[in-house]
Amino acid sequence: MEEIGNLFHGFATVIQPFNIMVMLVGILLGVIIGVLPGLGGANGVAILLPLTFSMSPTSAIIMLSCIYWGALFGGAITSILFNIPGEPWSVATTFDGYPMAQKGKAGEALTAAFTSSFVGAFFAVVVITLVAPLVAKFALQFGPAEKFAVYFLAFCSFIGMSKEPPFKTLAAMMIGFALGAVGLDQVTGQLRLTFGFETMLTGFDFLIAVIGLFGIGEILLTMEEGLSFKGRAAVINSKVVWETWKELPRYWVTSIRSCIIGCWMGITPAGATPASFMSYGIAKRISKNGANFGKGEIEGVIAPETAAHAAGTSALLPMLALGVPGSPTAAVLLGGLLIWGLQPGPMLFVEQKEFVWGLIASMYLGNVVGLVVVLTCVPLFAAILRIPFSIIAPIILVLCAIGAYSVHNSTFDVVLMLVFGVVGYVMKKCNYPMAPMVLAIVLGDKAEESFRQSLLASQGSLKIFFANGLVGTIMALGLIALFWSVISKGVSRLRSAPAGRSA
Amino acid sequence: MTRHLQYLGLAALALSAVAVSPAQSAWEPTKPVEFIVPAGTGGGADQMARTIQGIVTKHNLMKQSMVVINKAGGAGGEGFLDVKNSKGDPHKIIITLSNLFTTPMATGIPFSYKDLTPVAMLALDEFILWVNADKPYKSAKEYVDAAKAAGGTFKMAGTGSKQEDQIITEAMQKATGAKFIYIPERGGGAVAVQLVGGHVDSTVNNPIEAVAHWKGGKVRPLCVFDSKKLDYKDKIAGDMSWNDVPTCKSAGLDIEYLMLRGVFMTPGATPEQVNYYVDLFKKVRETEEWKKLMSEGAFNTTFMTGADYLKWVGTEEKRHEDLMKAAGFMAK
Repeated sequence: MEEIGNLFHGFATVIQPFNIMVMLVGILLGVIIGVLPGLGGANGVAILLPLTFSMSPTSAIIMLSCIYWGALFGGAITSILFNIPGEPWSVATTFDGYPMAQKGKAGEALTAAFTSSFVGAFFAVVVITLVAPLVAKFALQFGPAEKFAVYFLAFCSFIGMSKEPPFKTLAAMMIGFALGAVGLDQVTGQLRLTFGFETMLTGFDFLIAVIGLFGIGEILLTMEEGLSFKGRAAVINSKVVWETWKELPRYWVTSIRSCIIGCWMGITPAGATPASFMSYGIAKRISKNGANFGKGEIEGVIAPETAAHAAGTSALLPMLALGVPGSPTAAVLLGGLLIWGLQPGPMLFVEQKEFVWGLIASMYLGNVVGLVVVLTCVPLFAAILRIPFSIIAPIILVLCAIGAYSVHNSTFDVVLMLVFGVVGYVMKKCNYPMAPMVLAIVLGDKAEESFRQSLLASQGSLKIFFANGLVGTIMALGLIALFWSVISKGVSRLRSAPAGRSA
Repeated sequence: MTRHLQYLGLAALALSAVAVSPAQSAWEPTKPVEFIVPAGTGGGADQMARTIQGIVTKHNLMKQSMVVINKAGGAGGEGFLDVKNSKGDPHKIIITLSNLFTTPMATGIPFSYKDLTPVAMLALDEFILWVNADKPYKSAKEYVDAAKAAGGTFKMAGTGSKQEDQIITEAMQKATGAKFIYIPERGGGAVAVQLVGGHVDSTVNNPIEAVAHWKGGKVRPLCVFDSKKLDYKDKIAGDMSWNDVPTCKSAGLDIEYLMLRGVFMTPGATPEQVNYYVDLFKKVRETEEWKKLMSEGAFNTTFMTGADYLKWVGTEEKRHEDLMKAAGFMAK
């Protein structure tokens, strides 16, 4: 158990007054960054990176990873209160988090989200501690075919589990794929669907689409329904945290399942976004309360948040062990490592033990400190909903516009965001689900890329997707998820047949 | 007349006063400088830009701050167009890789290096042929022979499509007659990991992108695509140093390719503004951190500015045009 010894050594490094202070500052900055849509963890870490150069590498990475934690926690706040996900993996949190806030249960939703994030991340850190050396090997098994299989599974579990009319789901998803395809085709290096407009080069950024579809679309709907927040009735009670906590242990199965999905997706290079969608989809199908998902079910907040954070945390491991950042934020952290003269890669664990275990120890503590900080602020956050709509709506609009602008520093994106707002409004009115569209924008081009890379490697043979046990198993799981509703109907028929009630 | 002379004398005095304290008259940034990276995070250009940002901040080389911004859309076209369209804004500089040439050629995006103001060449990045350390190939010749024998099933992973890695792969096919399946990945780090995982047979990663895996004994360098061996003699993996990697030419693979890591700024910049950045990069090159990056990544440390730099870039564009035409990569 050499790891445990190393870890305690790491704790000794982290628990110094200066490092604890750095940690608190990092979490607070992170929460602020996370709340501002578009600013996101990656930008925040990038802006604050220079602050850390005067510190020792260990203190600096503690600060940066705490900003990262803070931003992850902060992202849930806007998702739940205003239906504006700040990061791709917060999208699934809005599905039930926002309806909960509308019902006046913002405090419960926030508490559930923060606690689940904590549980997910904590589980992932434990996994990292125990299996760090093995994880790198597992991640290496993922070639293009395996990556595609994971995306395939994410799509399938989402479609198969959805209860919307299948054709509307499909239509929304196809629009998402089309939007995701705009820009440079990674495989041939050619531009497509840009129609000669230079501004279309970059394609449609996910964040702009989401800020428009969810944020602006929601404001338009609220305006139509009479200029007031439904969440106004929110009971602001400082006991809300304890009361929610009493409820949470009931959902332990969902939590554990989401932790496992998250860790697995984080270590494979798929990342937090598919993890959150997949976890939500599966929970919706398996849970007893599945039919209420989307209407403000606490389990619908727990599942995606736990998985996203388990994934986000375990994704740091491939970054350290292989040097491939799993997220933009991880990429900026990678830049930080290089400036301190640390070369990420398999040798980091051998040559820089103190640093690596200091980082892992800071994940434990940063997470605990972060949870305490955000939970104490829950009543404060929930109170935001009491501000009259006529004051808060313009503020949200401005924040949305700043967020959309800061993605590429482009005013065209602000216009685009407004257009997406109108699209979101129309889709809501016509009862088209937006989630499949968003999923396709986020993962569509990545899935396409790994699909075509696989076919290049196999020279056109689809057998590559069943070429070994790993990829075959994931694909089979995907197919089962896709046809789950058919399968489960079949199963229930078989069961009821002996009872003589077969239709 | 005398009065005029007096005035002249005063003017001369004033001039000499200025000459004594040149810092006051020279141009300096008055707001944060955006350092654009026309590529994704974590790649070679990004690592270099972020290291420079760190050096500038740590050593206080600039009064204003420097912000690194990735504009990777359209194979870097997003970043180049942004700089091209910011005419007269001296607070925006861009680091380049070979996509300075290949992106407009392959995609037809309307820009050329002539639209930008050249500042300085910081270094040249080398390319090395890598294979997985578990494979038996000890030399480039053995590897190429095996690739030929396999009849076109060997896989080469590289960064992007119709960019430097694919150009080298194409040149290898021409030079040897062996055929490779080229698989484009998004960045150099991902390319190296695909090799370590055994999903492809070889890569032409830059040294900095694969050095960590080499140290870990996962990959093996076969040859470097340069006319001479690398200068760095520090031991890196076992008793091998960069200097021990043979040239590809000596292995019968007569291909040379070096990639520009240079800096340009917006159109319409004045000579004072260019000089400011040239001085800044000269100071950056003096620091320990920069030297460490150079030796870690086995960079060729040629530094060029002004007319020499412009001439070098011009020749290089012509060469890329020939290479791209020969490979059939030009946009129609």
